[in-house]
Amino acid sequence: MKTTSIQVESRTERLIAVRDFVSEAARAFGFGDEDISKIALAVDEACTNVIKHAYRSDPTKIIQVNVSADNGTFQVAIQDEGLRFNPTQVQPPDMKEYLTHYRRGGLGVYLMKSLMDRVEYSIVPGKSNEVRLTKYLPR
Amino acid sequence: MSEFKIGQREVENVSILELKGYLDAHTAPKLEEAFQSLLRSQRYRIVVNCRDLSYISSAGLGVFMAFIEDARNGKGDIKLTNMSPKVYNVFDLLGFPLLYEIFKEEQEAVTRFFDRTK
Repeated sequence: MKTTSIQVESRTERLIAVRDFVSEAARAFGFGDEDISKIALAVDEACTNVIKHAYRSDPTKIIQVNVSADNGTFQVAIQDEGLRFNPTQVQPPDMKEYLTHYRRGGLGVYLMKSLMDRVEYSIVPGKSNEVRLTKYLPR
Repeated sequence: MSEFKIGQREVENVSILELKGYLDAHTAPKLEEAFQSLLRSQRYRIVVNCRDLSYISSAGLGVFMAFIEDARNGKGDIKLTNMSPKVYNVFDLLGFPLLYEIFKEEQEAVTRFFDRTK
């Protein structure tokens, strides 16, 4: 299994570096442009959630992004040591109802689930959170 | 950083915002300011030309949602045009075509503001 990683400060201006890093890894693994875009967007959403919710925009905190690629499975793990946030508890929104009421935010988790094949979450209470985003290479 | 830019011009009393680059949680406040400035000046007819928009995340989509109601309350609208398939797919995934009028070309959106049959 090949594993690569990047650590970034919890700042929105670092999102572009994370997207570039993940896109490059996805391309090297064999994904096409469309899947690369989906993976980069899903990872952006996960990191944005960490910055805004887990770290409450504290720029001194660190986000760890680990990419592992093996046997047709591409997985990105986004780790933080911030406040607990469990996207599995976010219900898929009724988009028509959602849009009709012009609500903002909360779209990121829905996007992650739509863009990736699997979204998993693990929490070590009081220590760390991890979101794992998985996409399978088309055969 | 020049990862996101907004150009602004007027066509037939409709305000055109031209987006260029990457619209994410970092750059979304720039778009928010642009909408706020237009609405403060009571310019409610807005067309957002996405020809050079390379990327959008939910933070960018949230900005459109934040101002659509104000624009419509002012008897205007926010219409979107010239999206690349990549950007359109993200809007589509979230059901935006239900709520926003999206056109291939800017002129179609401008004309739509003057379509009395609407």
